Order: sequence, then structure tokens, then C-alpha cells
Amino acid sequence: MTIRTYCWAIVDAMREEMERDKNVFLIGEDVAAAGGAFGASRGLHKAFGALRVRDTPISEEVIVGLAVGAAMTGKRPVVEIMFMDFFGLCLDQIANQAAKMHYLYNGAFPMPMVIRTSVAVEMGIGPHHSQMLESWVGHVPGLKVVMPTTPRDAKGLLKAAIRDNNPVIFIEHLALHRMKEEIDEDEDRVIPLGKADIKRVGRDVTVVATGLMVQKSLDAGAELAKEGIEIEVIDPRTISPLDMDTIAASVRKTNRALVVTSAHKPFGFGSEVAAEIMDRAFYDLDVPVRRLTPPFTPQPFGKGFEQFLHPDATRIAANVREMLA
Amino acid sequence: MASSTNISPDAEIPLALMRDLYTGMYRIRQCEDQLNTVFSKNLFPGYIHSYLGQEACAVGVCAALRQDDCIVSTHRGRGHYLAKGMALKAMMAEMFGKATGIGGGRGGEMHAADPANGILGGNGIVGGGIPYAAGAAYSAVLDGVDRVTVAFFGDGASNQGAFHETMNIAAAWKLPLLFVCENNLYAEMTPFKDTVNEADIARRAVGYGIPGVLVDGNDVLAVLAAARTAVARARAGDGPTLLELKTYRTGGHFQGDPCKYRTREEEALWQSRDPLPQFRAVALQRGAFDAAELAALEATLAAEITEAIDFSLASPDPEPASALDHVYAL
Repeated sequence: MTIRTYCWAIVDAMREEMERDKNVFLIGEDVAAAGGAFGASRGLHKAFGALRVRDTPISEEVIVGLAVGAAMTGKRPVVEIMFMDFFGLCLDQIANQAAKMHYLYNGAFPMPMVIRTSVAVEMGIGPHHSQMLESWVGHVPGLKVVMPTTPRDAKGLLKAAIRDNNPVIFIEHLALHRMKEEIDEDEDRVIPLGKADIKRVGRDVTVVATGLMVQKSLDAGAELAKEGIEIEVIDPRTISPLDMDTIAASVRKTNRALVVTSAHKPFGFGSEVAAEIMDRAFYDLDVPVRRLTPPFTPQPFGKGFEQFLHPDATRIAANVREMLA
Repeated sequence: MASSTNISPDAEIPLALMRDLYTGMYRIRQCEDQLNTVFSKNLFPGYIHSYLGQEACAVGVCAALRQDDCIVSTHRGRGHYLAKGMALKAMMAEMFGKATGIGGGRGGEMHAADPANGILGGNGIVGGGIPYAAGAAYSAVLDGVDRVTVAFFGDGASNQGAFHETMNIAAAWKLPLLFVCENNLYAEMTPFKDTVNEADIARRAVGYGIPGVLVDGNDVLAVLAAARTAVARARAGDGPTLLELKTYRTGGHFQGDPCKYRTREEEALWQSRDPLPQFRAVALQRGAFDAAELAALEATLAAEITEAIDFSLASPDPEPASALDHVYAL
């Protein structure tokens, strides 16, 4: 066992998959000699050479296009789009081309490609680097969307994403980059996409949390436990396809559900989970499903704004108490 | 600097190839003519984006390609599909959205693909195919094979960011890619000259450090010669070329378009430059076929198109529930 950070777990996953399959390659802005804007491709350029790890111009549309065409012709590309906010520049290649290629041509083209991207929510870097846009891609059939919250999950899910025959959007949280966890280096641990993880077992309220909200919910859980309240924290890990079986089973047990996200409420992930719970477990609910999200505003820069806008352990705990009152 | 090929350097074109070129062009001409007739009888579902008038572009370029070379097409793609070798009946049935279509009727008039012949799809997005053509080209670089990829697109797409991003990276990476712009003078229903402050798209190549070549897109031998040069350059690892094929869309943006945005005089001028009669005269004069052989060839090709349309009309619609298939690959 060795201690790995979230960031190094991503590097490890790519290195292992590139060793395993010569069709895997990585392109993006600053991924080669620089080792990635955030260090998530350190050493790969040296290990795999200039063709398999390559810097691109700042041209997001053709970066994703390179992945689409390469996937159609037998490769397994991984491309890095530095921030998810830049998806506006390449959404045609993602949503119209990559997502529909297998479907439109009756299965003629498997589309094994991964778009790794980062979000810097709660990192204090302003409105064009902090957006949680998983709903943009979660809404498109043909795409899979993954959002890991621990080093082990990041490694296992990225390996699964690279081996998947569909376009996978892999969302990395910069605020988690230095999070550490023990990982068995010899273990080829692949975590299947579409499988939620119960991060904390409890009986009183089901808390479905994504991204940074997972740790905050666990912190809230520790606090609430002192009062004799046991919440169950579910990390879906994969936004699409969503593991509603695990979520619904938990709600049938606890009879209460709170969804916590860094993404906005309108048309968002929390709304989707809430609606699915109504479909599957309405008669098991003791209180209405709640969504805890930031207010519907862009992300301003100045100190204090994010703390004001985003859910935290205190607010999560307060919502849980209200739901039990 | 953009160069021009006004003459056809065709002295060494074998007669068999001349017959093939004419066959390819006449097949497309019949396909488009007969589909327009079907459309006028309200027997065609959806739109028709006719390739009439541009036949020399697809046929000339694809004659310079191998079966394993790839092409990426557009919303106006039938000429490309047929010239690159897609089976006629399966192509036609796809246009009608039938279960017997090459994509099971899922793509329809703007989308058909055939991996075995290197046909990587059409598109409903103007310029949407250009970026992924670069990916197919890079795939050949990674595999160390000399396959080339052609991105077909129109003058309209040349104003999309996708075109410029792809031109730049293809030049910087010396990708084995041909940018083939069929400039038919109209971006949908807007004249090219009203939206671009430059007469020739080929000149844009200068800004990316690659050759830009102006070609008479209605002269199939000129197109073939230019494509061969560009393909040889790409196969040798010397990078991409931008070919601008000057041509004319005989019909409107879609069948039924009244073409209020252009003059009947302009249409008549281009009718006099129709690529088929021009090349037919050359081929007859060179002895590629005599008048009787030509008549027999044309009759055979016309009958094949009629048969493919009849096959399509008689084919079953897709099983509706199959709409749920293939959203994800296994």
C-alpha cells in the first residue's frame, strides 16, 4: 500500500492504461512537457513519447474533434479540457458528434474516448473557472459522466472510463487534488461506471452528495452522530448513468432524502435525483425530498462569496435536523 | 500562395479511368435527378440537399483515394458516399429512412457512414465534421500508416471556427489531411461574396503555412490532378493541403428552394459550365467510349438508380422500438 493523492491517482490510472493498451493516448493544452496545467500528466510525456502525449493549441473544438475521429478509427483517446467552463467552446463535438456517433450509424462506431476536465469550485478563481456543468452533459444521451471524490475512486473510475466504449466526461475537482488515500499500487482496481458508493452508513436521512459535498456531508454526519442522528451518505460517483437502485434502496430504509450539490438547483442534478426518488420511493417518504444547492447566481470572485453561496457542513446538518423535526 | 490549375493535365489519364470518372459522375447525376422527381411526387421524407452540379468534386477527389483512406462528409453528402464506394441500395434506403438503409434508417438524408469504405459520416452541423477528420488523420500518424483523410465541406463551413482551429493544428502537426472546400457560391441562402471579404478561400491556407490550391471544380480531371498532388503530399508526411473547388449548386440549398437570392442569368451561365457535358465531350473525343457505349452505360446507370429508389420505396420502415437500441456501445 502507498499513499497517493487524488492528482497522482489520475496520473497513475493513465500511465497504467497507456502501458496496458498502445491505443490509449493523451492530448490537451499543456499536457506534455509541462505535465498538465494541474500536474495530472506528470511523467507521461517522458514515458510514452511525443506522439502519445501531445500539447495542442488552445483550440477546444478541435481537441475534442481529434478524440472523436481517433475513436472512430480504432484509438482510445484521452483528451484534457482544462476547465469544464470551456465546454462552451467544444459542445458541438461533444453533444452532436461524439455522443450520437454510435447511435446514428446503427452501432458502426464504438466511441471509446475520455474527456478529462476540471472544476475549481470553491477555489476562489471566479466565474469562468468554477462552474458545475454536469447537467449540460448529463442531459445528452450517449454520454457518460463521472465525478470522483477520492483518490481510489479517481483511479478506479478513470481506468474504467478509458476501457469504456462510449464517450466519458470525467470531471476532476481541483479542490480535491491534494486529498490523500492509501492505494494498493499492484492492484488493477477498476471501479465500474454507474455504481454509487455508500460513503457512510446510517438509518435516519439519506444524503446524496456529489463532488465537494461528499466530504462536507461526512463532516455533517460526524457532527450529527454526537446528537444520535445517523445519516447515510451516498456518493453516486457516476452522474450518468445514475445508480438510482442504490439511492432508492437507501431512501426506502431512511424514509428521508436530501440532495446536496455545488451545482444550481434549476434543471440540475438534485432535481433529477429528487424526481427519480418520487418515481421509485414516494410512498416511503416521511417528508418531501430536499435539495441544498448554491443560489442561482454566477460565481463571483471576491473573498467570502463562495463561503456565502455554497452549502457547508453546518447547513447540511441544519437541513437534516429540520427534516427529522 | 494560391495557385491555379485551369488546364487539365490529363494526357496520361488511362481510358479505363476516364470511363470510371464519367460513370461516377453520371451515377450521382442520375441519383440526384431521380430523387428530385421522387420529391416532387411527395414520396420523399424530409429534405433533399441536392449534389447536382458538384459531381466532379466528389468523383475527382475520391478517384485519388484508396479504399482505406477516410472521408468526412456534410449535409450534402450523397456525391461523396457514392464516389467513395458506399453500396447504392443501402445508401439510397438510408436517404429514405428505411430499415434496409446502411444505418437502419436512423441517419436519414444527412447522415450515412460506411467504415469498410472509410466513410466516417455526414453531418447536420455545418463544419461539424472538420474537427474529427483531424482525429482520423492523427490516428494514422499514431499507427504509422500512410492512410489519408479528406474533410469535405462548403464555403459556408469555411467561416466556422471549427475550420480555422482544424487548419491550424493540421498544419502544425503536419496531419495527413485534405481540406476540400466545394465553393458553390452560396452558404445556404446567403451569397458567399456578401459574407467574405476575399474572393478565394484557398488564400486562407497562406495564413496557416500550407498550400492552398484553386481548382475548377467543374473539371473532373483538374480536380483529380489537384487531389493526387495533395494526397501524395499527405502520404509523404508533408502535411495538409487546402483545395478550393470552384463550383455551383445547380439547385437551391434544399429541393423546393425558390432561389430568390440569385439570378436566372447566373444560373444559365453555370449551366453552360455543367461538369457532365464538358467531360462527356472530352471522354468521347479521347475514345473512352463511343456514342453507343455511352448510351448503354447511361441507360444502365439510370436503371440502377431507379432500381435503388424502387427498393427504398418498397422497403419497410424501421421497427419503432429499435429507436432504443445503440444509445450506448457495450
